[in-house]
Amino acid sequence: MSAAPWWASENAWKKIAIWVTGLSLVVLIFLTFDSMQQITAGGKRVPDYSVINQRIDYRFDDVRKYQVPVIGPEAPLFGKKVSAEEAEALVAHGKKTFQGRNCINCHTILGNGAYYAPDLTKAWLDPAWGAEAARESLMIEFLKNPDQNARTFGTGRKMAHLRVTDEEAKALVAYLKWVSSIDTNGFPYNFKTIQQGG
Amino acid sequence: MAAAAIGVLDTSHLNGGQKLAVKYYTVAIVLFVAQVLFGILAGLQFLYPDFLYGVLDFNVNRMVHINAMVVWMLMGFIGSVYWLLEDEAGTPVVGLKLGEIIFYVLTGAVAVVVLVYLFVQVGPGNDMTRWFINEGREYIEAPRWADIGIVVAVLTFFFNVVATVMKGRATGITGVLIADLLALFGLYLAGMFYTTNVSIDQYWWWWVIHLWVEATWEVLVGVIMAWALMTVLGTRRVVVQTWLYIEVALMFGSGILGLGHHYFWIGTPDYWFWIGGFFSALEPIPLVAMVVHAVYDSGAHKMRNSNHPTLGWVIAHAFGNFFGAGVWGFMHTLPQVNLYTHGTQWTTSHGHLAFFGAYATINIAMFYVAAQKLRGNVWMGAGIAGAWRWKWALFLLNAGMLTMTVALLASGYEQSFIERAIEGATWSGYFAGQSHPWFVQGMQWRMWGGWVMLLGLALLLWDLFTIGAGETRKAYSPSEDEAARTAA
Repeated sequence: MSAAPWWASENAWKKIAIWVTGLSLVVLIFLTFDSMQQITAGGKRVPDYSVINQRIDYRFDDVRKYQVPVIGPEAPLFGKKVSAEEAEALVAHGKKTFQGRNCINCHTILGNGAYYAPDLTKAWLDPAWGAEAARESLMIEFLKNPDQNARTFGTGRKMAHLRVTDEEAKALVAYLKWVSSIDTNGFPYNFKTIQQGG
Repeated sequence: MAAAAIGVLDTSHLNGGQKLAVKYYTVAIVLFVAQVLFGILAGLQFLYPDFLYGVLDFNVNRMVHINAMVVWMLMGFIGSVYWLLEDEAGTPVVGLKLGEIIFYVLTGAVAVVVLVYLFVQVGPGNDMTRWFINEGREYIEAPRWADIGIVVAVLTFFFNVVATVMKGRATGITGVLIADLLALFGLYLAGMFYTTNVSIDQYWWWWVIHLWVEATWEVLVGVIMAWALMTVLGTRRVVVQTWLYIEVALMFGSGILGLGHHYFWIGTPDYWFWIGGFFSALEPIPLVAMVVHAVYDSGAHKMRNSNHPTLGWVIAHAFGNFFGAGVWGFMHTLPQVNLYTHGTQWTTSHGHLAFFGAYATINIAMFYVAAQKLRGNVWMGAGIAGAWRWKWALFLLNAGMLTMTVALLASGYEQSFIERAIEGATWSGYFAGQSHPWFVQGMQWRMWGGWVMLLGLALLLWDLFTIGAGETRKAYSPSEDEAARTAA
């Protein structure tokens, strides 16, 4: 049998495999450094945790052609302005509660998770909370007793009772408020927000 | 010790690594059954939300469903590596005793994790929960203590593979295997830290999930497939190894930067739109190559093979991988489409066909290799008694999965149009999509697909334990046959 041409030879493909993998990894590592810089909390794309002291909106941007988060005037969570450290601690407690109560296996957040319950990326801005003034207390009530405050819109699907405490509910609200301020390149698209600021 | 007769189920037919592989395969099969059962429970809850509400809520069932899947696939892969290692390296597996101990430790740890999932379920929002109950991150929910256990277990496994290859013969297959395992285990570490910043969290989480499933796992099954084609069809080593390198080049060349398709909407910069879109659009190409490779080799050997069920599942793997991971992935990978389909039943449809097509199939193919050897390399060709069982198991499992995939896709279309495009993904928009008859019909058809799979699984188990029983003929050997034909 004649020798295989170079493009079909084992050795050539071995070298190609090594080079392609190496180059791809180098590019990925470079982009990872850049992405990390851009998504560190406190940057333009992912605001500092103290953003929970301000109003957050999600409005259509004429240049980018999709909605982007808009950080508005002061609007402290639970009527109390918190320091940067307190904000971070509160949001961290919320994130740990989100993980500990296994929220991700029903909900999605930033579109990732399970599909049994609504996406939570912009849950803070959802019009289902009704009036802005009632939003915080409704969210806390709902999280603590989801079975009694279920709004299933005819599906009969209720959130599980996860024994969320008062403190955890508050922390979850802070976490969701902060998440709603992340620039997600227009995801979710065409989202209708709750009426804020009179 | 004399080997048992052909057709008799006996581990004396096996080498040391293969005996250990059978243990891994056994646990893998138990977890496969668990995966399907908990999937059935979760599927039922979509149709009957009060079913097991407050006892085994959807989040618990779904977590067990996907975790059982990840672990049974990994156990299948580890088993397969132990299975082929002695053949490939030409020397008995080094560190087998250690491998055995680790097997029991790993199995025990998996059992504890699952029991905690089922009976403790969730915990308060503190570090203790993350360390001992549930990490609460999809696919890698296992608490931190188990993560550390997994790292120790896989390092031992890695050591055994490297030591065996170093003592014996290094081949192209073992070279790719070692490099791939190193990447596989290194990547797991990327998921083992806590951060409050959800964007950074998901960024690294995808290094584990994507770079496992769409890169290192694919290469690992490429290795297993290469070995299987040599064994079952008698394909020459130079052919399978050249293909393997082509697959590695295409798989890593597209898959590593294809990671970008997960970075469209998590807070990361928008340059990922075109990087992720472009490279993930290339991801089906290596899968086409695998189909060509498998089909061409089967044809080149005129379908003469040593193990019909294995070849059947290898072909199912080639097509399932191409359609499930390749076509179904490509359909919604461009950001212009993904904006509406991200996090809908589209993903479920793709996920089901991809995991089944790419990974369940190749593991099942290897289970049949093991079943054959466990009976002393028994005949597994045409005319074997009870052949209807493996054929029907192959058909029912694939037909059930295809039914689920298409049904979920129909629901996904409806969800992306109504919930996403029209309603804008609000709470009421979500439920407008979920309560629409077109969505519900998809969920009902999915359930039928699930029942068919359960039936196929029962048949598969029955077949794996009985195939070859009472058969006295030795397996057909492609290499001996080829040698004889060349001589003539």
